[in-house]
Amino acid sequence: MGKRSNEPFLWMLFSAGGVAAALLIPIHLFLFGLAFPLGWLEAPGYDTLLALARHPVTRLYLFVLCSLGLFHWAHRFRYTLYDGLQIKHLNEIINTLCYGGAILGTVVAAYLILRIP
Amino acid sequence: MAEAITLEVTRYHPERDEEPSLQSDEVPLRKEWVVLDALNYVKDKVDGTLSFRWSCRMGICGSCGMMVNGAPKLTCATFLSDYAPGPVRIAPLDNFPVIRDLVVDISDFLIKLSRAKPWLIRKREKPLSEGEYLQTADELDTYKQFSMCINCMLCYAACPVYGLDPLFSGPAAIALAQRYNLDSRDEGSNQRLDILSHSDGIWGCTFVGECTEVCPKNVDPAGAIQQYKLTATKEWMKSFLMPWGGGE
Repeated sequence: MGKRSNEPFLWMLFSAGGVAAALLIPIHLFLFGLAFPLGWLEAPGYDTLLALARHPVTRLYLFVLCSLGLFHWAHRFRYTLYDGLQIKHLNEIINTLCYGGAILGTVVAAYLILRIP
Repeated sequence: MAEAITLEVTRYHPERDEEPSLQSDEVPLRKEWVVLDALNYVKDKVDGTLSFRWSCRMGICGSCGMMVNGAPKLTCATFLSDYAPGPVRIAPLDNFPVIRDLVVDISDFLIKLSRAKPWLIRKREKPLSEGEYLQTADELDTYKQFSMCINCMLCYAACPVYGLDPLFSGPAAIALAQRYNLDSRDEGSNQRLDILSHSDGIWGCTFVGECTEVCPKNVDPAGAIQQYKLTATKEWMKSFLMPWGGGE
């Protein structure tokens, strides 16, 4: 049999990202998009949030959420381009742009999260 | 019985015709008639040159799959009255080359099916004298759903990935491989791993799910493929962490 594909790794990131994004991001959207601005819940102050974001566990959480979400996007967008635009023959460029974008985004996320004062 | 319905059937004779054409025929609209009955009416009473496949007319043989008003259907299990007042348009299954009229060339599917090794594989066949391979009801339940597949290929006609990429193994072949992988009597899952975890195997699937929607036997090929993605990922991790042969 020819090439054993490296898809399992990419798919693992894709599915982990899908689970993380589907379960966690709605909570963030609810809290910071609805509940706090509309006054359903008492909004935490800037200092409280900053203290929370400084904690190593929060930093790790934010990093994983951003990175996995990006890899989920990369995989899905790659196949959207393959099948939606039917440009699978450009797969090398598409793969580089999609997964490269996710890696770049991961680096930026790591930089920003580490820079939290 | 005055009621009638118009049947618009795709006719195509590749050696003679430039492209497929539509033939309209009036057929009686009877409550108990399925689309296949209407096709047989045309063949018997109107135009004997019409070609189509059928055999059991009871949803078992899987040979009468066609596109009915654009959707893949077993014509023996699709009532004509559901399409009243008509017309009903009947075309050969999508995504397959046409041999003639409604008859498609299924050789690509047969090759893919046999590559998936859908049969019991044993490391050592025990002689008959040692008796049967026993199985509990629970063990049967794990794969029974997938064993309902009748190879009608409606899932291939529905699958947009197969339509775009003919190399893709396709829903039924993967579901049937999984049917034997999940069978407690089978020992051949590692022989199926390479073909299934190939980039033209399960990884081609983008989980559109149309295969499961159209399956006339309520098999869930999309589910089988997603399930196997997890299995293949675990095997991949094993071969990565234990390159000396941690796999079974």
